Amino acid sequence: MSRTPLDTVEHAAATPDVELPWAELGLKKDEYERVVEILGRRPTGAELAMYSVMWSEHCSYKSSKVHLRQFGEKAPRSDALLVGIGENAGVVDVGQGYAVTFKVESHNHPSYVEPYQGAATGVGGIVRDIIAMGARPVAVVDPLRFGAADHPDTKRVLPGVVAGIGGYGNCLGLPNIGGEVVFDACYQGNPLVNAGAIGVMRHEDIHLAKASGAGNQVILYGARTGGDGIGGASILASETFDDAKPSKRPAVQVGDPFQEKLLIECTLEAFREKLVVGIQDLGAAGLSCATSELASNGSGGMTVTLDDVPLRDSTLSPEEILMSESQERMCAVVEPAKVDRFLEICEKWDVIATVIGEVTDGDRLEIFWHGEKIVDVDPRTVAHDGPVYERPYARPSWQDELQADDANKLPRPATAAELKDQVLKLVGSPNQASKKWITSQYDHFVQGNTVLAQPEDSGMIRVDEATGLGVAIATDGNGRYAKLDPYTGAQLALAEAYRNVATTGAKPLAVSDCLNFGSPEDPAVMWQFAEAVRGLADGCLQLGTPVTGGNVSLYNQTGEAAIHPTPVVAVLGVIDDVARRTPVAFQEEGQLLYLLGDTREEFGGSAWSQVVHDHLGGLPPKVDLERERLLAEILISASRDGMIDSAHDLSDGGLIQAVVESALLGGRGARLVVPDGLDAFTFLLSESAGRAIVAVPRSEEVRFNDMCGARGLPVTRIGVVDGASVEIQGEFELSLTELRDAHEGTIEALLA
Amino acid sequence: MTARIGVVTFPGSLDDRDTQRAIRLAGAEPVALWHKDKDLHQVDAVVLPGGFSYGDYLRAGAISRFSPVMGTVIEQAKAGLPVLGICNGFQVLTEAHLLPGAMLGNDHLHFICRDQKLRVENADTAWTADYRAGQEIHIPLKNMDGRYVADEYTLDQLEAEGRVAFRYVDFNPNGSQRDIAGITNEAGNVVGLMPHPEHAVEPLIGTGRTDGLPFFTSILKKLVGA
Repeated sequence: MSRTPLDTVEHAAATPDVELPWAELGLKKDEYERVVEILGRRPTGAELAMYSVMWSEHCSYKSSKVHLRQFGEKAPRSDALLVGIGENAGVVDVGQGYAVTFKVESHNHPSYVEPYQGAATGVGGIVRDIIAMGARPVAVVDPLRFGAADHPDTKRVLPGVVAGIGGYGNCLGLPNIGGEVVFDACYQGNPLVNAGAIGVMRHEDIHLAKASGAGNQVILYGARTGGDGIGGASILASETFDDAKPSKRPAVQVGDPFQEKLLIECTLEAFREKLVVGIQDLGAAGLSCATSELASNGSGGMTVTLDDVPLRDSTLSPEEILMSESQERMCAVVEPAKVDRFLEICEKWDVIATVIGEVTDGDRLEIFWHGEKIVDVDPRTVAHDGPVYERPYARPSWQDELQADDANKLPRPATAAELKDQVLKLVGSPNQASKKWITSQYDHFVQGNTVLAQPEDSGMIRVDEATGLGVAIATDGNGRYAKLDPYTGAQLALAEAYRNVATTGAKPLAVSDCLNFGSPEDPAVMWQFAEAVRGLADGCLQLGTPVTGGNVSLYNQTGEAAIHPTPVVAVLGVIDDVARRTPVAFQEEGQLLYLLGDTREEFGGSAWSQVVHDHLGGLPPKVDLERERLLAEILISASRDGMIDSAHDLSDGGLIQAVVESALLGGRGARLVVPDGLDAFTFLLSESAGRAIVAVPRSEEVRFNDMCGARGLPVTRIGVVDGASVEIQGEFELSLTELRDAHEGTIEALLA
Repeated sequence: MTARIGVVTFPGSLDDRDTQRAIRLAGAEPVALWHKDKDLHQVDAVVLPGGFSYGDYLRAGAISRFSPVMGTVIEQAKAGLPVLGICNGFQVLTEAHLLPGAMLGNDHLHFICRDQKLRVENADTAWTADYRAGQEIHIPLKNMDGRYVADEYTLDQLEAEGRVAFRYVDFNPNGSQRDIAGITNEAGNVVGLMPHPEHAVEPLIGTGRTDGLPFFTSILKKLVGA
């Protein structure tokens, strides 16, 4: 973009016929025409820059908005919800005066282009969302999906992503307590790098992104603004990758976790002294987003002097300054009398802070450059009145055929020896294998409040040292299930995360989601999206867990090939006393093992069908959310009353996967008996939902059975914690050493 | 009367609040010290906590070593003030030449976080008296630059003088020479180690062990003569 002559508002009004590069900035023709209509003239270059990034798919949710409304319309009544959808992150009441904010976001596209920085800045961005709500960040989680584990490009992407998450999160001092790592060829050109964070505050500390009070000062603080990440949201995250286009590397931002750590401490100190009226972080769309959102959520207008923005590169044009996605920046609105103290705190932490504007009593966002007005807009039109598309959607023609290709009819192991081989192969397959090589690159211990971290069913953080109050979080998603049936697949993701939280003893309270899909311009993808959102909204209503916020990532597609529809669901739970948490590991020899729930022949989308048959077809497991709720209640009661010493949810890989994990983590084996009415194969490998295994001390056996019986939850005694092997009586036996070798060496051998 | 133990916060310190908690749990009074403040506020001992001070830019600990507070810490450590450096704090102590040697990047080039087995080699320092020599303990380890190196002469001297305070057992997580996890100065008042004792002080938290607590009870007993 040329800087001469300066494209002022006056100049734009006088030169209606000047052609602007709206297409290059990612706007469609009708979108550009709408901008002209809103302004009553052509936009200036700076205005065009703002509209183009704010109206991008990534920032405006223009394709997904009509569906996402269901999360509000179907929201269950919940006394726990303090701040809902639409703010930087939702806020949930967890009791004792504490509030917790949490959110999951995607950083998929940048992480494919530049794995380390893409993943690192994903952590940085989500953490700033948490700070912007007024909370101290206390933990991060990272649901990750990559192409085939043995594909050469996975070895480029995964180690970089993992090092980036660790490099940034570890340096910020945030324990990484959960997440997932999934491999599937469908993610080959479109890895999914989702990042979640949790923050804790007192109720009275909640802050919102709004600029009110004429005369209040707008302070930009944190890193200087550079030329990195220009167009990250509009160009990178809102289009399909295509070999014919030039490299998008310059659109990826570069992170500085040290700067972000200072930003956290300095922001929290300013909050403590009650210096902040409104606050917004600078992420996607940078200053364009922060100024327009702060102004449009507030009571009035805003003027900004762009010359005052501290720059890394003095040659940046005003358009570039507005679009830059340089990391580690925040924008605060502060009363004039408190500005000096705010700047003092920034100086204490060596953070650059500059007053760049003022809240006005008008209703316009006006931006000046060299004394001339280059932006004059109604901020709502930039931040909230972006285009809304009713994209056409249609159930794909291949869906019936896919569902008819029944996985239950695949050849099953004919002998006990064959079953044993398949079990061993399964627990050592990349998706089922231990992810220790990855998670040991993340700090789990920092802050000294980590009660549970991966590979536990959910991560758990102590919130209050005196009372033991804690929160748990689990993230889950299964693109294979969702491909077979997006509605059910989304509910299965919800059910699994909900179950995982309850398995550790915490009561599920609220949901955040990261919806990863292909191109919304493909009606088949749009159908998957619509179905998944409908499923999730219905499921959340039934379980009483409102969606508090989240993120949509579209265009995860290379050419014609979209990823599996992948709704990732995060469930947040609360536990009154973390001392009562239930771990996965078997704790004591002789404890009785029980299977809770019903086991059916359900192999559609299963790990077994993938690993043994490289097959995806049929229907995913059935969902019964009332059963999930009952199971959760039993798990929570049993934990609270000390009736179980370990528990593990059953999901991909079925019962045997869960038993093997509990055995290896506890260093204690198990002897299992196939229950009446089930064959060994179905017992071990079916992926029926709504199930968990628990280890019950003998002294609690009667009480536990009585509780399940009284509440109507099917419970089956399946064996005992014992020995140094996992034995299925009458079938086979695998020593813990054999299992450990198979389970723990896979990832390192493929990716180190 | 109890002991006042200072914990320095550098920009980028991460485990400062955790260390204060560990000190409190041991029964002493934690005192927050700020890197720009030369005054140690009459503390009886100082802990340099873990983290990534100054982002580990240039070299881990290299910039912090020049902070105003370190001028006073160096001076008083030489006069006998007990100082414990944990992880990044250990790196700062070697950069400040209060302890010999240096820390390089882990030999496998990855950050590593694990429950690490250690052997207490020297239970006579200000910070280890509540252990037995030869005692094996588990302490969480988490670092990027944890590979202890020194020239052969220095290593031999450390061994000969019993100044290797801790050694990794069963598994050397970073390629440290002679499995060294921590060392002490000649006087035994300055100790540095890579693992994090402040993360092993409560039965429910972290690895669920309390093997790190004796660091803080050792110093408390020494200071109050209990």
